[in-house]
Amino acid sequence: MKKDRTPSLLLATLVALLILGLVLPEWRFLGTLAIGKGLTVLGLLLLLRTGLVSFGQGLYYCLGAYAAGTLGQFWGTTDALLLLVVAGLAAGLAAAILGILLAAYRGIFFSMLSLALSMILYGLLVKSAALGSTDGFNLPAPTLFGLPLVSHDSRYPLFVLACVLGVAAALAMHYYFRTPLGRLSPAIRDNEIRVEYLGASVRAAVHVKYVIAGILAGVGGALTGMTVGHIDPEMAYWTTSGEFVFVAILSGTGSVAAPFLGSFIFELVRTFAYEYSPNSWQLALGTAMLLIIVFLPAGLWSLVQRRRA
Amino acid sequence: MSALLAVVVDGVIYASWLFMIAVGLTLIYGVMKILNIAHGSLYALGAYGAASLAGYWLSQGYAPFGSYAALLAAAALVGLIIGPLIERGLLRFMYGRDEIILLLVTYAVFLILEDAIKLIWGVDPYIISEPYGLLGIVEFANLVYPTYSFMLIVVSLAVGVLLAWVLHRTRHGKLLAAVIHDREVSQAMGVNVRRYYLATFTAGAILAALGGALTAPTVSVVPGMGVEVIVLAFAVVVIGGLGSLPGAALGALIVGLLRAAAVHYAPALELFSIYLVMALVLAFRPQGLFAGEQVRTI
Repeated sequence: MKKDRTPSLLLATLVALLILGLVLPEWRFLGTLAIGKGLTVLGLLLLLRTGLVSFGQGLYYCLGAYAAGTLGQFWGTTDALLLLVVAGLAAGLAAAILGILLAAYRGIFFSMLSLALSMILYGLLVKSAALGSTDGFNLPAPTLFGLPLVSHDSRYPLFVLACVLGVAAALAMHYYFRTPLGRLSPAIRDNEIRVEYLGASVRAAVHVKYVIAGILAGVGGALTGMTVGHIDPEMAYWTTSGEFVFVAILSGTGSVAAPFLGSFIFELVRTFAYEYSPNSWQLALGTAMLLIIVFLPAGLWSLVQRRRA
Repeated sequence: MSALLAVVVDGVIYASWLFMIAVGLTLIYGVMKILNIAHGSLYALGAYGAASLAGYWLSQGYAPFGSYAALLAAAALVGLIIGPLIERGLLRFMYGRDEIILLLVTYAVFLILEDAIKLIWGVDPYIISEPYGLLGIVEFANLVYPTYSFMLIVVSLAVGVLLAWVLHRTRHGKLLAAVIHDREVSQAMGVNVRRYYLATFTAGAILAALGGALTAPTVSVVPGMGVEVIVLAFAVVVIGGLGSLPGAALGALIVGLLRAAAVHYAPALELFSIYLVMALVLAFRPQGLFAGEQVRTI
């Protein structure tokens, strides 16, 4: 059997990222942001491998951010780890409850229902005056064990935390795909009935995967909120979820590292496109998406794989 | 009493608007099994086209009542140009692929059109309110409504009746039913399926543009106006049942009345209530209220 090189590659990437972050301070913000969104896309990758497209991951992304935000804003908690755990738990709990409903759906019905659910949260948040309605609110600067993660001259500690988190999540997902439950994903996508005949419950498997995706999105949302320092209901709007779907399609489902690479490229392109042609960057995105669907159905990661093969 | 009446009248006006934006979506899905996210952009294009054309008409000092014809002409123009462009230029290469892939393709088209609109018309709002005020107002039971709103109801009813007539009473409608039922067999029987797909998509595009064109006088036409419309149309169509014409009408009425009631009695729940109903309907009757049971295929 071929030796599994992914864990060592991921750890090497972590070291490389930490060094890069040290020498290139102006890239830390973008990097942290990309990891926050990459976590959400990682969850979407899991769903995509199962053959499900969620047009509502913004729900958990936003929920995680708001869970961390309310805790920070109204109870004065600034410990990043605590906030991330709470965000993950809140999103996971919501996913566990809504998953009961969603696990029975496939195809566009799964997409539509997840979209509807995220729009419910959006509808609630824009009318919640206590949570700042459409403006949202600011997050206090996060700390870790009492030490500040973000100060006016350095974002390095938060960047380190994000990198560790991202690599840990990618590793966990990598090992998850090797468990029997993880291996069910492509099987469910290919032929659900056979999976049932083999004695596995498709519904239960989809439910678990949906909860995992929810937790990842919740943590990702909280991390993004901490990085930007501000959260608003737009995070639950369907266009945000659409963006995640876009990045997931862009990166492809070939590797657990692909979502992070994909969202880094996405954030990079967006930053420059906003600067140079704010009115035509979506046009470029849409064109890129069409090209990928037609010519690279397995996403950008298939380019990496093709070279290796 | 008058509050209740206001809720009903507001609700019906809103429902007629919803029907107009949703009916094209359900038509395209019913025939082609494509959930067209770009529908919202076609709506926005219709609105921009109408604002430009009617604005030009009025600025030339022609008879102001002609601006209504300009609105309709703009909708037809947008639909006839953009509809075939998308269907012939892109979608036809995707037929036979997964519904979800087609969803993603139309999402890409949506992104492209959103920016195309900004590139063509810029980001400043367009306001073309003359047709709105031209018809005067209607007063009854202490309520005041612009006549234009009632015209919307009439147009919406006409669209519904016309579509129902074409689908159920004409030869083309019956052939279309055959295409919906079994694409391959109807093709084998000599039906030009390609042409029916093209016609359906173009008709859907015209209906979306018509919704936008008739809305243009009542709002300021701004970038991003299609983004919210698309989820509203989804909600309406999903509640009624994807691909069902009476379903779209029923969905529009439910959402319209619900929103009007929410606006009057509990403004905080306005947006929330619509999507809650959508989620509830999906949860208990995923095929929607009107569509028949679908045999599950894997």
